[in-house]
Amino acid sequence: MKTETSPALVLEGVRKSFGENEVLKGIDLTVAPHEVVCLIGASGSGKSTLLRCVNLIEPLDAGRVVVEGAEITARGVNANHIRQRIGIVYQAFNLFPHMTVLRNITLAPREVLGMGRADAEEQALSLLERFGLSDRRNEYPDRLSGGQQQRVAIVRALAMRPHLMLLDEVTSALDPELVAEVLSVIRELAGEGMTMLIATHEMGFARDIADRVCFLEEGRILEEGPPERIFTSPENPRTRRFLSRIIAAGRL
Amino acid sequence: MTLGGTGPPATPEPSPERGSRILGGRGVLISTASTVLFFAAIAVFIALAPGSGLVAERFFSPFHLWHSLVGTQSEPSVLSAFLLNVYIFAISEVLILVLALVIAVVRQIPGPAFFPLRMVAVAYTDLFRGVPLILVLYMIGFGVPGLGLTFFSYFSDVTYGIIALVLVYSAYVAEVYRAGIESIHESQNAAARSLGLSRWQSMRFVVLPQAIRRVIPPLLNDFIGLQKDTALVSVLGSIEAARAAQIYGASQFNYASYVVAALLFVLITIPLARFTDRLIARDKRRREAGTLA
Ligand SMILES: Nc1ncnc2c1ncn2[C@@H]1O[C@H](COP(=O)(O)OP(=O)(O)O)[C@@H](O)[C@H]1O
Ligand SMILES: [Mg+2]
Repeated sequence: MKTETSPALVLEGVRKSFGENEVLKGIDLTVAPHEVVCLIGASGSGKSTLLRCVNLIEPLDAGRVVVEGAEITARGVNANHIRQRIGIVYQAFNLFPHMTVLRNITLAPREVLGMGRADAEEQALSLLERFGLSDRRNEYPDRLSGGQQQRVAIVRALAMRPHLMLLDEVTSALDPELVAEVLSVIRELAGEGMTMLIATHEMGFARDIADRVCFLEEGRILEEGPPERIFTSPENPRTRRFLSRIIAAGRL
Repeated sequence: MTLGGTGPPATPEPSPERGSRILGGRGVLISTASTVLFFAAIAVFIALAPGSGLVAERFFSPFHLWHSLVGTQSEPSVLSAFLLNVYIFAISEVLILVLALVIAVVRQIPGPAFFPLRMVAVAYTDLFRGVPLILVLYMIGFGVPGLGLTFFSYFSDVTYGIIALVLVYSAYVAEVYRAGIESIHESQNAAARSLGLSRWQSMRFVVLPQAIRRVIPPLLNDFIGLQKDTALVSVLGSIEAARAAQIYGASQFNYASYVVAALLFVLITIPLARFTDRLIARDKRRREAGTLA
């Protein structure tokens, strides 16, 4: 099913409501392999919900999600298999507090992929090494700084060797001085060609890293384009309004 | 059980014990003096109370305390009978921990296909939490042998007692587990599922270990209750500590045997109670240390 030319991710008419509240009102989006797409938009515009729909943690009401040419919203698809190829990192880290860093990282490779303990740990250690965390491998999450926890969460997702990474405001819960260490990890991933869909409030970062920026408002993508254009001459007045508020808040 | 496994993080222990500021030097002196005075006053009060001589003879006679403890030619030893309580407790506890966990997990299985199973779990807990233990004991211990079944009607009284205790206590303990499972934030499950773990794997590796750790104090509390309720098995005819005490008391017209039995029960529940306190204090410290939500 996977062909070299199929996009990493295609969303078609994705809709999602929570009760009366329609949060996603028909999202169409295509992400090419190795592309980095940033989702920007006000709080409550549906960024998190969109990311959670991509890996089916949140079931869709309508629409299709196609990952590397295979429709994962089709009937009879095993969502557990799909999620193995999609890494997601949450704003609140969500590390497992009763497990050491190493066990957090090796759990899924061992239990889901059936990797041997030695292999899983070797892989985890080399990832930790790369992100400057190897001395923390036997710590429990609550002994780490927020920045370290978030980097561990990224490593944990990477240990499943995902083809696509979804990042949901991964720096929003961090103290300002810890943001840079996490952003640099993401930059490194982008440099290696990881396909990523990133919801973020860090506009400077989005401008640097994104191949494309999508502006989300009230469950719709109102405008998308290369960051140079979106951030300097947005066409949609609402995008303009959103960005001017961001600039006023000193975040661009 | 996964009570052991990956140990909890070693919390730094900088906080001085709550009482140590008061108990330093002069504090120790004051607390010792007040303790001695307090109990001396009670002793004097009891000694001066009317009928205190009779109380001392009927309840605290050293002769009867000792003879009921070790037994006589014609009366059973309360101490050896107490071993039966310990035996019943030990077997029941293990079975309860397992059965209750199964019930609690079954209650959490989502999806319409599992509705009947969930219903059975709910009905079970509702039923057995509502019926007095002694009725369950009668029904199992007298009812089942009366049925004349080939296998199930020929267990010993103790076995029927254990079955009744397990049935009733599993309902309570299942609710304790359930509270623990529900206290684990959904984001933990979402994180596990996002990594590709199945629902069951998420339950097993992520949710249950955290939930069980959280409910150890209330679980121990229930086990203190269980330890005491082993005495009720005597209604089926087993001679456990309370029954042995009764036999001694009835033939010697003395209640020291009850005091002995009571002390034995207290002796075994106190360490459990103190251990529970320690765990609760540890949990509190940890929550105050502000770990992850
Ligand atoms: N599990 C949920 N149940 C009900 N409403 C939800 C849930 N998750 C999100 N929402 C609602 O969906 C809307 C979009 O939320 P979200 O996707 O978190 O936006 P963003 O990430 O852009 O801030 C909000 O109005 C929020 O209240
Ligand atoms: Mg969000």
